[in-house]
Order: sequence, then C-alpha cells, then structure tokens
Amino acid sequence: MGLVLDKAPYILESFPGGSYVVTSMDWVINWSRKSSLWPLSFGLACCAIEWMADVGSRNDFDRFGVFPRPTPRQADLIFISGTLTKKMASRVRRLYEQMAEPRYVISMGSCSNTGGPFYDSYSVVKGVDKVLPVDVYIAGCPPRPEAVLLSILKLQEKIMTETISHKK
Amino acid sequence: MIYASQSLGDLWVWLLERLAEFCGWLGIPEVIRYSVEKGAYAIGLLVFISLTALVLIYMERKVSAHMQLRYGPMWTGGWHGWSQTIADMIKLLLKEDVIPDKADRWVHRVAPIVVFVPSLLGFLVIPFDKHLIGADLNVGILIIFGFSSIAVLSIFMGGWASNNKYTLLGGLRSAAQMISYELPLVLSVLGVIMTVGSLKMSDIVMAQKDVWFLFTPNFLGFIIYIIAGTAEVNRTPFDIPEAESELVSGYNTEYSGLKYGFFMLSEFTNTFIISAIAATFFMGGWNGPSWLPGIVSFLGKTYLIVFLLMWFRWTFPRFRVDRLMDFGWKFLLPLSFFNILMIAVWVLVKK
Repeated sequence: MGLVLDKAPYILESFPGGSYVVTSMDWVINWSRKSSLWPLSFGLACCAIEWMADVGSRNDFDRFGVFPRPTPRQADLIFISGTLTKKMASRVRRLYEQMAEPRYVISMGSCSNTGGPFYDSYSVVKGVDKVLPVDVYIAGCPPRPEAVLLSILKLQEKIMTETISHKK
Repeated sequence: MIYASQSLGDLWVWLLERLAEFCGWLGIPEVIRYSVEKGAYAIGLLVFISLTALVLIYMERKVSAHMQLRYGPMWTGGWHGWSQTIADMIKLLLKEDVIPDKADRWVHRVAPIVVFVPSLLGFLVIPFDKHLIGADLNVGILIIFGFSSIAVLSIFMGGWASNNKYTLLGGLRSAAQMISYELPLVLSVLGVIMTVGSLKMSDIVMAQKDVWFLFTPNFLGFIIYIIAGTAEVNRTPFDIPEAESELVSGYNTEYSGLKYGFFMLSEFTNTFIISAIAATFFMGGWNGPSWLPGIVSFLGKTYLIVFLLMWFRWTFPRFRVDRLMDFGWKFLLPLSFFNILMIAVWVLVKK
C-alpha cells in the first residue's frame, strides 16, 4: 500500500486544501489501526501467565478489538511479558522483525522495563528497550489487568497522533 | 403493479420486464440486455457477499463473546462495536505485505485469489427467492460442489508456496481433511436429490412446499451434512489445518495484510454457502409463511444454521488428526451409505 501511504500525501499536499484531505485520511487510518490491535500470543516468563489471564474472558480485551493472533505476520502488537534473557533477546528481535508494519511494542512488567529483580544477573537484558523500540511501558510485578488495559488505551492515544503527512 | 408485501424476487422480475420493454423500445440488441441483466445481478451479489462477510465476522466475535460470558467488541464505532470488522478490514488493507524470501512468489500471490473466486462462484446458483437466482442451472448443486473442491487446491497452494514447514503441514492436513469429508457431504445431499429427482435448485425448493425435508427420513442426511459441512469449511471441531497450538496458524502463517484478509473472508463466505445449501436442501429454502417475503425466510434459516456452526465452534474441542480421519472414513461414510439405502427404500414405499 505504498501508493496510499507514501505517494498520495506527497502529491495531495501540493494542492490547496490537500492537507485537509490528508488529515481526514490520517483519522481513518489511525482509527482503524487503533481499533484492531491484534497482539501476538507470545510470552516469556511469569508475566506471560498473567497476560494469558488478562486476555481471557474475565477482562475481555476483545471489547477494544484486541484479538490475539498466533503468527507474527498478522500481529500488530507484541507484549514483551517477562524477564528477557540475553539468549532470548535475539529471538525476540527476530519475532519483531517478522511482524508486518505498522507494529507496536508494549513492555509489560518490571523485568522487561529495566531487568527488575534480576538486574544483577549475568544473563538478563537490562530492559527490552535495549533490543526493541518500546511504545508503552507498564509498571508492576506483574501488572494488574487494569494496568494492561490502560497500556492499550495509552497506545491507542499514541496511534491517534500519527500522521502520513510529509510536512514536518 | 408492485406492492410492498411482495417478495424481492417479484421485484426483480418486474425490473427485468421493464428493462426488456425499454430495450425493445430503443431497439437494443438482446445480447446487451442479457449482459446488463446478469451484470446488475453480479454487482448486487458482490455487494451482498461483502456485507455478509462483514456481518458474519462481527457475529462470530459477538457470539463467541456471549458464549464465554463477556461482551465482545464494544467500543469501535460507538454502538456495541458495530464497525469492528470495518476497522479490521481497513487496517488489513493498509498493512505491510510480506512475501517470505524463499517463497514461490507467484503461487504465494495467486493463492488468496484462488481461494476467494470459488466461494464467489458458489453464489451463482443459490436461490435467494422465487425468481432471484443467478442461473437456475439443471446441474445446480453439482456446480457448488465442483467449485468448493477448488478451495482445497488454493489452501494447499498457500501452504506450499510459503516455504514454511508449518504452512506445508497445515496445507497437507487441510487437503486430506477436505477431500475425505467431501464424500459424506455429497452423499448426504444425494438423499434429497433422490427424493426430488432433480439437481436443479428451484425444483428442490419447490418440492418442499408442504413439508421440509428436515422432517422426513432425510433428517439423518441433514445431520451428516452439517457435520461434513463443518469439516468442509475448516471450522472447530475440525479446524486442524489452522490449529494454533500445533501449527502456529496453519496454511496462512506467512500471509499478512490483505492476503490474509482474503483467506478470512473466504472462510466466512464458505460458511454462508454451506448454511445456504443446508437451508435450501433441508429447510425449504425461500418457502415460508405467506406474509413473509421469501428472502427474509431464506436468510433467517441460513443465519440459523450459521449460528449453529458458531455454537459448535465455541462448544467442542478440536479433533486429533487420526481420529478425524477415522471418524470421516469409518463412521460418517458408512452412515451416509446407509442413509442412501434408507432413502431409496422410503422413495420406493412412497410411490
């Protein structure tokens, strides 16, 4: 879809009133992206157990269009849920690279934010942001389901500020 | 003259008569009139299919949610998340299109089209109302089963071309499953065909004017048809081609964006076709109370069967591969042969 996302705004903005069209397109595109965030069903450590309970029927993330996909090709969002070891870091990086654009990362729990209680360990990566570009961090060990829900709402807010415009 | 209480089929016939008058008045040749007529029907059908797929995906999510005591999509678009599927589709449309490095690029690109076309063509012979049928062929049901067996090919194409072991396994499983369940599917419908003595869809509907075939000895055929039909559209409990606990996502593992959207769309249109055939063959098609337009009656029955399939999906666990094959070949196939024998005796006795 390079035509719509890359070339069209560039051509449109040179016309008077074109930026209005671009911002309307922005709204539709961002709305569709924020409304159907499909996370990758993937977990690392104990936060993954919490995450499985979170996307279960009690907390019902499907209300916001969050619908877990088993394959990275169809996922928009990856939760880094748990302690990231140095051995696993390259695998997580590869999973992230397999995901199709646009893709978002949520770091869930103290371990993936900073290394958490395992900060002094020789084998733990001190924060997933050393490997991936993180969009939202959730604090907690593990975070409450409400906090995970809030992270999705915050990510939706962040997606709504995106633009396809070429003007800076 | 046309009344509001009349059915959509009558309206269609009335429109065709006006078109014929108009063309006769202007002296437009018959070929052009025919093309306009069929073109208008095809466009209407395309709009109907896309709307149906959107509604069915939304319905699937809502039904699954309510079966698990949750709400499902609630916030997208305002009222009960009504625009959830529209958002999903726009997002899939604008997502990056990944083709794996070692993939067979051409086959990988073509597979989502090949999967969608047969499910589109199946709508050609589905009788929505009295005169509302794309082409009332005398081999009607045969056409649908012919096209639906092409769908196996496309799923296998997708699995093979992605050059990934999980997609290949998913494609192979899907091919094995769909070929073995096609036999009971066709044999169960054979009972109805023997009772009516015609393959034509309109004849089969007309034969059920007084009593639906569901309430005759064809009931056994209906049960076999529903089971085999569920397997034919790869839905749980027969969804081993895309079993996520074993095969990541099965044959569509390497598909992203719009191509995956086509696979999803065709799954739901196939569900609709299977349900529509069940409604036509066993539940009287557009026959119904005289005050109800035929299309409402037909769509109501079809959505009832769709709901039944969704109910299956969120109730039963998945079959194991070998048990699936055992069930198909050792139980369902002999049962459908018995069904044919029973119907044959019944038809003879009735005469």
